[in-house]
Amino acid sequence: MATTTVSMTVNGKKVSAEAENRTLLVQYLREGLGMTGTHVGCDTTQCGACTVHIDGLPIKSCTILARQVEGKDVTTIEGLADGDKLHPMQEAFRENHALQCGFCTPGMVMSAIGIVDRNKASLDEKTVREELEGNFCRCTGYHNIVKAILAAHKEMTA
Amino acid sequence: MPDGSIGTPIKRREDERFLTGAGHYVDDFNRPGQTYAWMVRSSVAHAKIKSVDTSKAEAAPGVVKILTGADWAADGVGGLPCGWQVIGKNETPMHEPPHPALVADKVRHVGDNLAVVIAETKAQARDAAELIEFDLEELPAVVSMASAAADGAILVHEDVPGNLCYDWEIGVKAEVDAVFEKADHVTRLDLINNRLVANPIEPRAALAEYDAAGDHYTLYTTSQNPHVIRLLMGAFVLSIPEHKLRVVAPDVGGGFGTKIYHYAEEAILTWASKKVRRPIKWTADRSDSFMTDAQGRDHVTTGELALDKDGHFLGLRVMTNANMGGYLSTFAPAIPTYLYATLLAGLYKTPAIYCCVKAWFTNTVPVDAYRGAGRPEACYLIERLVEQAARETGIEKTEIRRRNFIAASEMPYQTPVALEYDSGDFIRNLEDGLKLSDYNGFAARRAESEKSGKLRGIGLATYIEACGIAPSAVAGALGARAGLFESAEVRVHPTGSVTVFTGAHQHGQGHETTFAQLVADGLGVPVDNVEIVHGDTDRIQFGMGTYGSRSLAVGGSAIVKAMDKVVEKGKKIAAHLLEASVDDIEFDSGTFRVSGTDRELGIGEIALTAYVPHNYPIDELEPGLDETAFYDPKNFTYPNGCHVAEVEIDPETGVVTLCSFHAVDDFGRIVNPMIVEGQVHGGLVQGIGQALMENCVYDDQGQLITGSFNDYCLPRADDVPSFIVGTNEGAPCTHNPLGVKGCGEAGTIGAGAAVTNAVLDALGTRGIHDIDMPATPQKVWQALQQSNG
Repeated sequence: MATTTVSMTVNGKKVSAEAENRTLLVQYLREGLGMTGTHVGCDTTQCGACTVHIDGLPIKSCTILARQVEGKDVTTIEGLADGDKLHPMQEAFRENHALQCGFCTPGMVMSAIGIVDRNKASLDEKTVREELEGNFCRCTGYHNIVKAILAAHKEMTA
Repeated sequence: MPDGSIGTPIKRREDERFLTGAGHYVDDFNRPGQTYAWMVRSSVAHAKIKSVDTSKAEAAPGVVKILTGADWAADGVGGLPCGWQVIGKNETPMHEPPHPALVADKVRHVGDNLAVVIAETKAQARDAAELIEFDLEELPAVVSMASAAADGAILVHEDVPGNLCYDWEIGVKAEVDAVFEKADHVTRLDLINNRLVANPIEPRAALAEYDAAGDHYTLYTTSQNPHVIRLLMGAFVLSIPEHKLRVVAPDVGGGFGTKIYHYAEEAILTWASKKVRRPIKWTADRSDSFMTDAQGRDHVTTGELALDKDGHFLGLRVMTNANMGGYLSTFAPAIPTYLYATLLAGLYKTPAIYCCVKAWFTNTVPVDAYRGAGRPEACYLIERLVEQAARETGIEKTEIRRRNFIAASEMPYQTPVALEYDSGDFIRNLEDGLKLSDYNGFAARRAESEKSGKLRGIGLATYIEACGIAPSAVAGALGARAGLFESAEVRVHPTGSVTVFTGAHQHGQGHETTFAQLVADGLGVPVDNVEIVHGDTDRIQFGMGTYGSRSLAVGGSAIVKAMDKVVEKGKKIAAHLLEASVDDIEFDSGTFRVSGTDRELGIGEIALTAYVPHNYPIDELEPGLDETAFYDPKNFTYPNGCHVAEVEIDPETGVVTLCSFHAVDDFGRIVNPMIVEGQVHGGLVQGIGQALMENCVYDDQGQLITGSFNDYCLPRADDVPSFIVGTNEGAPCTHNPLGVKGCGEAGTIGAGAAVTNAVLDALGTRGIHDIDMPATPQKVWQALQQSNG
């Protein structure tokens, strides 16, 4: 299959890589750019491990083609921290033991930031749990993830 | 005590890389010149392979090599071995049919391995695979155990008569039958423990590379136990000696047991890497995982509990049919025998127990240990019988437990099913669990629910389990083909930092933090100066890996033993430097002191001296400060506890809402309470998932109906509440140096029974007294309709 050059901005940097028409964004990131922080956990768009931000919105990168993201602004887990300073959501996950094996974590953190963005005025446990429907975790039982997101919300909306 | 010592909930050190996308999972690794493998799997459950034509596929773009079952057989490589031999009744060993990595004669389940296509890209391999022509003669499939056991049923394996792998028992049936004859009351249940799919979020993957110049193989694999893979694959499949085979299990995204086993892809890739002379990488799609990862549970059981008129348990009689699937997975035969039937005493003084287990081959994916591995099955059976007996005799369900619990004063307690419990205060855990869950306030909460037309129920599971496997000689006597010790090398560096090489493996358990806490506690070295190394057979001496809640109990104990050796040597060095007798040297919190004086040296100074041995007892002592220990446990450990679930059911929809879940657990001594809570939370949701929504389903042709997350209902965040969990540390393990019991599986062991008991407590108000897991809305609604009609 023929490839074309697909370009976009990833974590503030302009990038380009060859991609087939059928190349998914997650493959473009992992294989084209060697950025392996975004993970693949399923093949039916349910697990959410592949979640990134495109133009500020959480999107499952396994269900969008790289070509559809041409010219757009992508943020991945690798782009959240500011040097050594973690993003408040990353910090909250660590403080609250909201990760165990770490595999769902990149997508979980990216989705969680979206939850806070959509619920700036107020956020409760019920809303967090509902809005996490698109992210599976098999290790934590979600209890500490919910705690972390509520804690980060306080920090991020202060 | 230095920061981070035992008992403190310090944050995890490994989180930094996981939170910033810097983890190194197998699929993150890439080797120069690598090729990609696509596994060709059977889409039918049972068929003879008449012919395989790979010619069109071989001509497809990018194809490097295609290998089939015929190639595997022609090379004379071994089959995938089983690591545990069960001996059944009349000293009959289990049947052990061959398990080729690539099949040549027959496929025996959907997902069985027909061929591997190796190509320049994964997409090209996948495209080429579709061009392979198979002539398969489909055969009838035996899917349920009942159909496999039926007279004249087709054989999954030609040399296994009646599809019966083994017929095993524990206890003396005639004695137990006699007890039942005299009982005042017998409670009987027919139960299903439903088949589950583990589904760690990271799919399995492997990357194999052969170095021709050195005649040396490297295999990266998503394993819970790299040394076990090296041993099984090297010794029994590919005949590669250890010094020529490096197995690396780097960051692994969850295991839950399903990543213990030696899988076909590991052997196929390693074998093929020598043929193609280029690295080969394979990563499962989730659909692959569903049809090839070992599945869990799948028992059909009849259980009977005999009681006297005062509700004392006189005897337990059990018949269990256990599904092995199409082939024997690595530890499969042990799960429904030694990890299940030996737990049938539960927390109770039941004096007479008999259990017969028949294991069957069926045309389904192989079944093996999944978090809890036999103990959730045992707890479910016992605790369902206990609450059913309570209903039938009218004795309140906490009271019937109190009447039959083994008392703390009766420890150590020899059960009638081989195991001797070392410690535990079951009554205290029950009372704490009832208090924590406000059990006494339930009646009022039920009345409130009923006002809005909802049914409310509360259910308990008081459980015990055996983990920290295992004493090697005991395991061997029961048929294990491996030792079950653990190893640790504690290397103190010249400037006082420490590296621990452990045979345990972390895939979520936080060992890089908790094992460092052991060193902070044992050697007085700050956690930040301690590195924990695991997962690489080139770096670690030998290990049996992580499963069965053994890492702290066995792996941690090995670290303690190695640290004891470090301290012992350190004392000799200190005695020399301080010009005292070695018997007068005390060690505490990193300091060696002459007893009764203020003359002391820190471990850092001792370490430096060990590596710069100028003022040193060189005639009696070698330089260096680096000690290895292998720890073989003296017994299993016995975590136990009380789980309480409360549910509310909407009779209009059948939807079961889990309102609350409270747990009080005895894990012995706790190293990091934050991590222990996390382990419990995760296990609880897996147990709740089994009780309410998870189910692995095949149709009668052996097609896997639940082959993706579209159809297999994994619990999501809004399916479960937050939990309230606590631990009692008053009964440490009596036989390992840390006093720890392990906590990794407890959540799955109690939750299934507690939630099901709660559902039945709610449905009982409508006259429904039996339901199988999962209690889905459809099942609950239908039960309610039938009871109304």
